[in-house]
Amino acid sequence: MTFNIYDFTSFNQWIDKGLNSIMSPTWALVTEWVIIGVVFLLFYAVVGLFLVYAERKVCAFMQNRVGPNRVGPYGIFQTIADFIKLLMKELVYIKDSDKLLFNIAPFIVIIASFMALSAVPFAKGLHAIDFDIGILYVIAVSSLGVVGILLAGWSSNNKYSLIGAIRSGAQIVSYELSVGLSLLTIIVLAGTMQFSEIVEMQRNGWFIFKGHIPAVIAFVIFLIASTAETNRGPFDLAEAESELTAGFHTEYSGIKFAFFFLAEYMNMFLVASIAATVFWGGWMPFHISGWEGFNHIMDYIPPFVWYVGKTGFIIWLMMLFKWTFPRLRIDQLLTLEWKYLLPINLVNILVMAFLVLMHWHF
Amino acid sequence: MKEIINLPVSKIEEEEYHINMGPQHPSTHGVLRLVVSLQGEMVKSLKPHCGYIHRGIEKMCEKDTYPQLIHLTDRIDYLSAHINNHAVCLLVEKALEIEVPERVKYIRTIMDELARIQSHQLWWSSFGMDLGGLTCFFYGLRDREMILDIWEETTGSRFLQSYNCPGGVMQDLHPNFQKRVHAFIKTFKKKIKDYDRILSGNVIFEQRSQGVGMLSKEDAISYGVTGPSGRGSGWSCDIRKNEPYSMYGQVQFNEVLRYGCDTYSRYMVRMQEMHESMNIIEQLIDNIPAGDYSAKMKAVIKLPAGEYYQKVESARGELGLYVVSDGNKTPYRMKFRTPSFSNLSVLDHISRGMKIADLVAIGASLDLVIPDIDR
Amino acid sequence: MNSFLKYFTDIFHGVKSLLTGMSVTGRYFFSPGQIVTQQYPENRKTLQMFERFKGEVIMLHDSNNQHSCNGCGICENNCPNGSIEVIAARVPGEDGKPKRIIDRHIYHLGMCTFCGLCVKNCPSNALGYGQKFEHAVFDRARLTKVLNQPGSSIIKGVE
Repeated sequence: MTFNIYDFTSFNQWIDKGLNSIMSPTWALVTEWVIIGVVFLLFYAVVGLFLVYAERKVCAFMQNRVGPNRVGPYGIFQTIADFIKLLMKELVYIKDSDKLLFNIAPFIVIIASFMALSAVPFAKGLHAIDFDIGILYVIAVSSLGVVGILLAGWSSNNKYSLIGAIRSGAQIVSYELSVGLSLLTIIVLAGTMQFSEIVEMQRNGWFIFKGHIPAVIAFVIFLIASTAETNRGPFDLAEAESELTAGFHTEYSGIKFAFFFLAEYMNMFLVASIAATVFWGGWMPFHISGWEGFNHIMDYIPPFVWYVGKTGFIIWLMMLFKWTFPRLRIDQLLTLEWKYLLPINLVNILVMAFLVLMHWHF
Repeated sequence: MKEIINLPVSKIEEEEYHINMGPQHPSTHGVLRLVVSLQGEMVKSLKPHCGYIHRGIEKMCEKDTYPQLIHLTDRIDYLSAHINNHAVCLLVEKALEIEVPERVKYIRTIMDELARIQSHQLWWSSFGMDLGGLTCFFYGLRDREMILDIWEETTGSRFLQSYNCPGGVMQDLHPNFQKRVHAFIKTFKKKIKDYDRILSGNVIFEQRSQGVGMLSKEDAISYGVTGPSGRGSGWSCDIRKNEPYSMYGQVQFNEVLRYGCDTYSRYMVRMQEMHESMNIIEQLIDNIPAGDYSAKMKAVIKLPAGEYYQKVESARGELGLYVVSDGNKTPYRMKFRTPSFSNLSVLDHISRGMKIADLVAIGASLDLVIPDIDR
Repeated sequence: MNSFLKYFTDIFHGVKSLLTGMSVTGRYFFSPGQIVTQQYPENRKTLQMFERFKGEVIMLHDSNNQHSCNGCGICENNCPNGSIEVIAARVPGEDGKPKRIIDRHIYHLGMCTFCGLCVKNCPSNALGYGQKFEHAVFDRARLTKVLNQPGSSIIKGVE
């Protein structure tokens, strides 16, 4: 086999061939599914736990604190300790709650984010499913999460939860539009919805540079709208803890609460990955057309590192938002979407289409 | 609340529902319970229920001698403990017609202004936190630490100092006091710019606070909303200016007035007051005269029979102290007119028709301290 | 036209104010030297409390295990919440007359509000403040302390 950190295609083919040589093609396929499932589950858990830790450290540094530093060196095992604590906690039964919906809601939220993750290209060849409508798939699947949030708020038999859920519904339905339209701007430029092709097209320059002004505007709108879509501050109205105590997950405890918590962080990771892939070239190294030497040096950095670096920076930006700004009010939130983001977005698509038509992009 | 629960469903107005904010709620900063009647997100009316932290301080004061009851006044409004102590001492000194040394007046005034600054810092912190900007909380507490250190060095306590006593203060200033106060003012003048950059100028904050919780001057007067909350409505109610006590008659400072009548005005009044307080401290800190830190007092303090009233400007408004003495060493009746209680009474009036998020912002802008309400 | 212009100036000012706010938190993020956290149990050895810090009320003893409390009970009278009980004893003095000395000076730390009246009003300055502040105990009875050390005696000539 040839294991190459710059291209995982051959590695995948080697596994595929190996499995096919020892079992029937059907069983080989099933085994591959199981392997991918387990790998994603592990990845999900590790990234989720790490992001919770990272958030706590980042916000601590922004607030002149040191953050968690008791469990393990620099507190890196803090979230694992928290996770164990949550596992051991009692699952509180809520009187007069809709039991089925109450129990099913956290799973809907977590499954939605889990499904969306499958379409993200992590490196060349490191890709669970390469849909030809990848972006559409991600938009569709990631907006399923709101169903879980609505159900959680509705079934909890708690007015705080209900207000949080209704707020979240209004918020996500509105901001879906901006997310979709800002991605559409890039689709106009790229001419495809397939993630692998979008990444490949950014070989000689990321889309944010290729599409210059409209692409930058689309990126900013995407960042704002996706922060809102993941229910993170300053758009965390659904769980506004100073108004609604904990919003839609007020009544959840133990591992079910952990699911919501984990899903929030994974959604953040997901939108950061999409932003990095669509606007900043995903795992594609930073290339400037014409500078062959420079491009060559950039190619030495493995694609996975590029991907993690870009995603990490966007996550850091989103944390910076959260820990700087006060929360918006619900009517201001909708004003921002319908009066500012949406019109700008629509004009932006027109500008981008015009740009592509006139070949004014790079 | 009980009558609401027991009502048949048909009697409750349609599409109106009630939620309990508190007694345990993150934005009531204590154990205040607000029964909020909502229509969607809109507040129709609200009903404050006080008494969850009632400790009977007024009654407890009746069994204590005047020096002893000072430590109870610390616990009324714990954020302006010095100012509460000051009020008791002023009252006792007025009743006994004692002239306290100049040094004591300087010390008390500086301590009062430090208390005002730290109270406003904590208010700013929690205001930011109530609006969802959690980082504000840590910045405010970080800078407040310097004042707590100043107090700890001189009075021995960080929070509930019981530093004043009838006739003077408990012990002289620590030699490092002036140095530390200077260091604090120098640092804080830089840090307060961060406050403005992170919250005051922020477009989200401006939209959250401007035009929210309109309290007209007439309403402020009729509800007795004093302090920065009243001055945000343009009511000149600063007792330091109108009826000066201690050194306030001799220092130059402006009474901060804003005429916007909304949450933003009340916010800006407090922000500006921190500057004014630093201004007052700067005028006094280098000129503290030498002398005794306490007047000579009798071992047993007995107020002549009669009624006494003393008011001071605490960090959240007019703190009135009414004492009936029957000539004994303990007061016959003691009544505190606490600013938070009056300020709370207006909350229902100004938050009607606002959203839940606004209610939180309005509550924060009134700077309620729950033990001050319940006593 | 005016409202059209206002639409864009609003956006501009809004974005500018948001970026100003982000610059503050961003600056603190990249300046770890400004961290103010005191890492308490680790810094216990170097932790220096202020000299006037009111950790607990103690009776000052000199190197000969002598204190200057004569058991007059003024601290007990001054205490607003009965945290101090002075139990005095009478022993025959040098001149044959019975003399009042302190048997036990009991201090209920759990009730003390640190108002400082006992220390301030002590005529012989026998009381002071200790620097210890780690008072958590599992049994409330351990918060009741006897301030005069065992075997201690009064300094001569204080009375």
